[in-house]
Amino acid sequence: MTAQTLTADAVLKRPTTPVQRLQRTLHAHPWISPAVVLVAAYVVFSLLNERFAQPGIQSLLIQQTAVVAALAIGQTLIILTAGIDLSVGAIAILAMMVSAKAAAENGLSGPAALALGLVVGAGAGLLNGVLVTRLSLPPFIVTLGTLSMFTALTLIYTRGTSIQGSVLPDLLNWTGNSFAVGEFRITVGVLLVLGLYAGVGYALSQTAWGQHVYAVGDDPEAARLSGVSARRVLLSVYVVAGVIYAVAAWVLIGRAGAASPNALSDANLASITAVVIGGTSLFGGRGTLIGTLLGALIVQSFTLGLGLARVDEHYRLLAVGALVILAVAADQWIRKARA
Amino acid sequence: MTMLSTPTEAGHMEKKNPRQIDRTGTPVLEAKGLVKTFGHVVGLAGVDLELYAGEVLAVIGDNGAGKSTLIQCLTGALVPDQGELRLDGRPVAFKRPQDAREAGIETVYQSLAVIPALDIATNLFLAREVRRRGPLGTVFRMLDKKGMRRRAETAVRELGVQTIQNMGQAVETLSGGQRQAVAVARAAAFGSRVVVLDEPTAALGVKESGQVLGTIERLRDAGLAVILISHNMPHVWQVADRIHVQRLGRGAGVLDPRMHTMPEGVTVMTGAATIDELAGVRADA
Ligand SMILES: Nc1ncnc2c1ncn2[C@@H]1O[C@H](COP(=O)(O)OP(=O)(O)OP(=O)(O)O)[C@@H](O)[C@H]1O
Ligand SMILES: [Mg+2]
Repeated sequence: MTAQTLTADAVLKRPTTPVQRLQRTLHAHPWISPAVVLVAAYVVFSLLNERFAQPGIQSLLIQQTAVVAALAIGQTLIILTAGIDLSVGAIAILAMMVSAKAAAENGLSGPAALALGLVVGAGAGLLNGVLVTRLSLPPFIVTLGTLSMFTALTLIYTRGTSIQGSVLPDLLNWTGNSFAVGEFRITVGVLLVLGLYAGVGYALSQTAWGQHVYAVGDDPEAARLSGVSARRVLLSVYVVAGVIYAVAAWVLIGRAGAASPNALSDANLASITAVVIGGTSLFGGRGTLIGTLLGALIVQSFTLGLGLARVDEHYRLLAVGALVILAVAADQWIRKARA
Repeated sequence: MTMLSTPTEAGHMEKKNPRQIDRTGTPVLEAKGLVKTFGHVVGLAGVDLELYAGEVLAVIGDNGAGKSTLIQCLTGALVPDQGELRLDGRPVAFKRPQDAREAGIETVYQSLAVIPALDIATNLFLAREVRRRGPLGTVFRMLDKKGMRRRAETAVRELGVQTIQNMGQAVETLSGGQRQAVAVARAAAFGSRVVVLDEPTAALGVKESGQVLGTIERLRDAGLAVILISHNMPHVWQVADRIHVQRLGRGAGVLDPRMHTMPEGVTVMTGAATIDELAGVRADA
């Protein structure tokens, strides 16, 4: 070996700085940062008020998180394809009101009303998907438009009135049923949402469809040249998201004990916040579903934790806002990591 | 243009046994009168091309001559405005790259077409994933990630590239040359009829370039037809059986590397002389 190759070797073997190693680890496992933030939040909020860690409060936190966490699954899929969905809440409410009204006023059975809701969700997602793929319109514009349209349709259809859970079939209220697990109280809705996370998480990481979602989001042209039909993948993502929103609506009926056309007014931002804090990149192609779940839990624990610490609601907003910016800044930094 | 400063004649003289290619039969791939425009820009202005099994057809031409546009029209990446395409004599119309792939045509695009965020094995098997055996695969559609990694490793090793070790590594963590090697390995592993390579050695070192050229010869010896686009004249003269010269969106003729020298090729490429004029000069001499 000559001296030259030795020095080259030395450069190659030069230890990476701790910061570089951190950057690479976070790049490979984007869910680590939200996990660290969540643990830190739990430690701080428990210190501020020891009631935070009690099973009762934790059960409440989980139940409160369920609906946004479910909506955020669909939002994650769409953001992974480098899109964004502003019609999240509008689709959920439309699906919810159609199935509730069909059951309460047209006498549809529970299963039929539920199925109708899922079909409405799928149809609304399909409309978004068709507009995005066939007309090549940016998802932001498409869903901004359908946000207004779906909201208007809901209000026209319901004339703005809510439907109480008491007049709905048992199946629609079922998601609100709770049972004890040790000292915690878990609802059927929470289980349903966890099931969704498991199912969609599996599809994303273990099936060809999931790999195609990442591929289309990361580099649509390379994906096309590799034989992936970007159009079909996008369409499937919007339809699946629509169905998930309808399931979230079902969970909401159980949680709220009613179907109200005015609910979920902040669902768009809440779901996007959860996805972004969860480490999914708004540029597409990078992110994990588990990160989104952590993100949703982080937002809700800030709400509850700061509330218990008697911090003003406005400061909570301030904190969540800062967290979003921090998360996106961290994403930008992590994306610079190479080899 | 550094490669022009070494117009060694050795390149084509070295060919000891000029291989006999049967060009009397039907070409594997045949294009007639391909036209492709981009708005007001003319990419291809009517190009013919014939490709036979067991041969390496090089395509040379200046930047913007339409080389990439030509092969994109052959592989379904672009749909030509006019012209016809025949595969084994049968008319075909590829609407997407997937159509050409299914017909046994694999391509290394100039852009490489790899997904940075996905790992090497996933990239190799993208859109032709292998699923697990049994109900896990059929019912739950679970990918056989281990199996794909193993086969990806074989494909990369066959190329002779030793610096790529971990098939679970994201492509974005690879160097430009390593990415190119991944794209070549993919085409070589899956091509069954035709392999098209658009500047596959542009980012490669001397050794790696040699390995890619070796791969091209191996594919050719296995009876596949290969199209190689390159700006590197020594490479072209080393492996090509025929050389299609592309100039200003048109085919400027086909050279025989055993008959024509590199400087002559460059003369035709730049339009300083036509192939017929070259022949005239020879006759006069
Ligand atoms: N997608 C496109 N949109 C517009 N014009 C294009 C497009 N692709 C190619 N062109 C034009 O078509 C012509 C041929 O381009 P092409 O990429 O085929 O050249 P090339 O021979 O491959 O060049 P290079 O050696 O630089 O790769 C150029 O004038 C180019 O500007
Ligand atoms: Mg080119």
